[in-house]
Amino acid sequence: MTLLETAVSADVRSQKPAARSGVWAWLRRSRWVTAGLILLGIFVVIAIFGSTIAPDDPSAIGLQSLAPPSAHHLLGTTQTGQDVLSQLLIGAQSTLLIGFMTGLIATALSVIVGVSAGYFGGNGGELLSLLSNIFLVIPGLPLLIVLASYVPHASWWVFALVLSLVGWAWGARVLRAQTLAFRQQDFVQAAKAAGESNWRIIMYEILPNEVAIVATSFVFTVVYAIGFYVALCFLGLGNINTWSWGTMLYYAQSNQAITSGAWWWYVPPGIAVALLILGLVMLNFGIDEFINPRLRAAGLTRRDLRMASKQQGITPVLGTRPVPSLAFTQYTATTTNGRRPR
Amino acid sequence: MTGPASTKQPVLEIRGLSVDYGRGDQAVHAVIETDLTLRRGEVVGLAGESGSGKSTLAYGATRLLRQPGVITGGSVLFRPDSERPDLGIDILDASPDDLRGLRWREVALVFQSAMNSLNPVLTVQAQLTDTLAAHLPESSKPERVERAADLLKLVGISADRLRSYPHELSGGMKQRVMIAMALALDPQVVIMDEPTTALDVVTQRQILQQVIDLRDRLGFSVLFITHDLSLLLELADTIAIMYAGRIVETAPAQRLFRAPRHPYSAALLDSFPSLHGERRVMTGIPGSPPDMRRLPTGCSFQPRCRYALPRCASEQPELAGPAIPTDADRLVSCWLHEEDKLPEQLAVPEPSDQARRLVTSANVAATPESLGGSR
Amino acid sequence: MIYLARRFGFYVVTAWAAITINFFIPRLMPGNPVELLLSRLSQAGPVTPGMRNALAVAFGLNTHSSLLTQYFQYWGQLFHGNLGTSITYYPSSVASVIASALPWTIGLVGTATVIAFVLGTVIGTIAAWRRGSFLDVALPATAFLQALPYFWVGLVAIELFSIKLGWFPLSGGYDAGLSTNLSGAFLGSASVHALLPAFTVVITSMAGWMVGQRNVMITTLDQDYVLVAQAKGVSQRRVMISYAARNAILPNFASFAQALGFVVSGALLVELVFSYPGIGYVLLNAVNNEDFPMMEAIFLIIVLAVLAANFIADLVYVVLDPRARQEA
Repeated sequence: MTLLETAVSADVRSQKPAARSGVWAWLRRSRWVTAGLILLGIFVVIAIFGSTIAPDDPSAIGLQSLAPPSAHHLLGTTQTGQDVLSQLLIGAQSTLLIGFMTGLIATALSVIVGVSAGYFGGNGGELLSLLSNIFLVIPGLPLLIVLASYVPHASWWVFALVLSLVGWAWGARVLRAQTLAFRQQDFVQAAKAAGESNWRIIMYEILPNEVAIVATSFVFTVVYAIGFYVALCFLGLGNINTWSWGTMLYYAQSNQAITSGAWWWYVPPGIAVALLILGLVMLNFGIDEFINPRLRAAGLTRRDLRMASKQQGITPVLGTRPVPSLAFTQYTATTTNGRRPR
Repeated sequence: MTGPASTKQPVLEIRGLSVDYGRGDQAVHAVIETDLTLRRGEVVGLAGESGSGKSTLAYGATRLLRQPGVITGGSVLFRPDSERPDLGIDILDASPDDLRGLRWREVALVFQSAMNSLNPVLTVQAQLTDTLAAHLPESSKPERVERAADLLKLVGISADRLRSYPHELSGGMKQRVMIAMALALDPQVVIMDEPTTALDVVTQRQILQQVIDLRDRLGFSVLFITHDLSLLLELADTIAIMYAGRIVETAPAQRLFRAPRHPYSAALLDSFPSLHGERRVMTGIPGSPPDMRRLPTGCSFQPRCRYALPRCASEQPELAGPAIPTDADRLVSCWLHEEDKLPEQLAVPEPSDQARRLVTSANVAATPESLGGSR
Repeated sequence: MIYLARRFGFYVVTAWAAITINFFIPRLMPGNPVELLLSRLSQAGPVTPGMRNALAVAFGLNTHSSLLTQYFQYWGQLFHGNLGTSITYYPSSVASVIASALPWTIGLVGTATVIAFVLGTVIGTIAAWRRGSFLDVALPATAFLQALPYFWVGLVAIELFSIKLGWFPLSGGYDAGLSTNLSGAFLGSASVHALLPAFTVVITSMAGWMVGQRNVMITTLDQDYVLVAQAKGVSQRRVMISYAARNAILPNFASFAQALGFVVSGALLVELVFSYPGIGYVLLNAVNNEDFPMMEAIFLIIVLAVLAANFIADLVYVVLDPRARQEA
């Protein structure tokens, strides 16, 4: 077992075919998922209606340079007097668009590569597996920086495409391991024996059982894509004609917003990125708890959990039922004068 | 195996033990007011379908059940001294320190899956000696290593395996190591939870024979949990049958096999091929195991029972002496006995003492062949 | 050590793949980067035939020689350590700039990453062992920390601790007045300068390891061998460390090795925010100056460093997991 396989099998170990119908029911009940979806929902609304609700043109140069938050500019202004709030609201769009687009493309890639590598196996499977391992170990950001430098100020779909090419490997890796495990199992063997086509087996027997993993992989990829997109924009490699939170940070950093104490310029975009990713991470917590039921508190309150962890390995006795009496003399170490009784 | 079991002193007495999973309204009652007595030197077999609560009973009695398991009542009395039978300690009432001292030193366990019972990153030696170190802190390290080597030899493993990691051992060897570990502190009671389930038939036989040999040599008592009744025929002195969290019948092993008194025991026996008994028509048990979250009212077995009476659906029968007066050492929980409506299947006369002896010797004769040469 | 040999083979293949990607990127990109580079290089200073040749080999100016010949020439240059001349740091060679920046990065990013992993693992272990404690409630907070961009935390840290409170130096790797030698004054200054960037990396990356270790540990605590240890009466401490955490750390460590590339990427941006004289800072300057030789070389160096770190992780893993030692 290699390091990678160990990491993957820890995710996969507890995944059982019974997961099929339970996943949606669980997601609806999970508090993590609810909180994550609410956060995400807010950002999606901002991304869609950002330009409508933005009070100003984000690029319009104003007279008030580096004005702190006021009634006129709720989040203050930049060096050139631009309205920070407007930039923040409008900047949501490209960040979300690239994040989710990358998530879709990369997840599709990882499903295709991972499932076929796991299901068909053979030399082709090994080769695909090697390919995903290579992409996994090569650090993505430096590669992206080099690529983005050659294509300066590319449009959003170029970003999504390049980010997908760099980011599909993790999901492929996990899905391959899971598919490999399913291939050995009875329900797949039975379908094969019944003469079902490979295509049908993959679509109806294997993939429905991998919904949770595909979902985690998607969320994970969106997180990665947003993080890297913000980083690239922060480096000045984004499209200067599009506002994004990373570009805001780039301008803030290069115009000494930090040394001039203009926190309203660089704190809001950072918080926005963090809240968006937090929503996604919470969504993943919920999916994790579905994949690994041990992480759930199983209807126990925090007090129960705490009580159980205080005396590990000793089942608590609640004694709500009558205790039948048996006659005995309480045994203590001194009763037998230290002699080990037999 | 001398004399009727009832003349021996009890070493572990479980009374009214109740175990729940979870709390409040959602709690599942997994073990319900259960009584079971283990006597000195005796092997008690606890049998039942999976989910019947037999493992929960064993882990509950030793307080090893993990959350969300909680014990909601009863007492588990351990009597440590054969010369002072009045002495006792209630495990459910013991302080954490007393309990940690008592467990393994007096009541040790062998778990179901040997694969998962050994820590994969520690050597066999480390796992054997840390048991000794925990309970005998005054012992020196060379003493502990020597004891560990002796323990391995006891279960027929060469001492140079001490340095092995679990993944370097076969499944059978792992389970032997677990048995050696259980015997490390010379306990009075060993609880075995399906110790041979994951093993192949030959290894299974060898391990069982080893347990019998070791019991004869060291004289500990065994609570042996299994879903495979046929194993218990050779092994157990007494058998307890569990269904839906309750013990429905306890009886000396041979007599339970020959003449079951509870409809469920009879059904269970019919659903297993007997290795040594006469040929029987095998029949399954109609219906499906009960949903522990929604147990039927009255007797839990009643929906699947072919002899069910109207009363069975409303009242829970007590575990009591059966209707047939010659039945000593037996307890049955069934209304058929009270109502005197015992069907023929459950009223088979007890085998006479002589017949019983024949059966036993037949088993002994049959054993070595089926073991493929025992050690 | 078949296991390690196999891993080593994989890293060699990966290194080859990365170098090959590096060779093809400028050749597949639109436009002719060499013309641009030559003009930029000549702005920086006189261009020697050697510089010109190096550029040509790395970026494919010799259009009359076949792609395969170019590929071998490229390898030849790499083996001689000739990565071209930097535009940003003209006339220094790319190799010499990287050589002086690399120790800073390894010192800062390496140490901070290891500290983050160790701290995260310890806290995650305790969080799983003491379920229901405040650490469980802190889970969303740690998720928030996980979600923060590294470099942004650096910005806020500078504002708070350097500007407002004045506890730490604003930027750089050491006091400008000191010369880079192993004197006490220099090492002291370097340590003080490294504190805030290291703190930034630790704060943002620790949470991930913590959640990872907690989740694996909760699974591990349900294993039979932990129950056996508890039944055996082994001390609570030993159950937690030698039985549960010791096993739980294996998958978590494996994900750590797997994520090194991500972590290093993030940490590079932290250098940039602090103007820390490491690879990340050099990379930013290269990006701003369209210094392609520098960028490509840094990409290669980062890949090789990550691969080396991965191999070290494999060695550690073999020590941690007896099963990896004898795998055929």
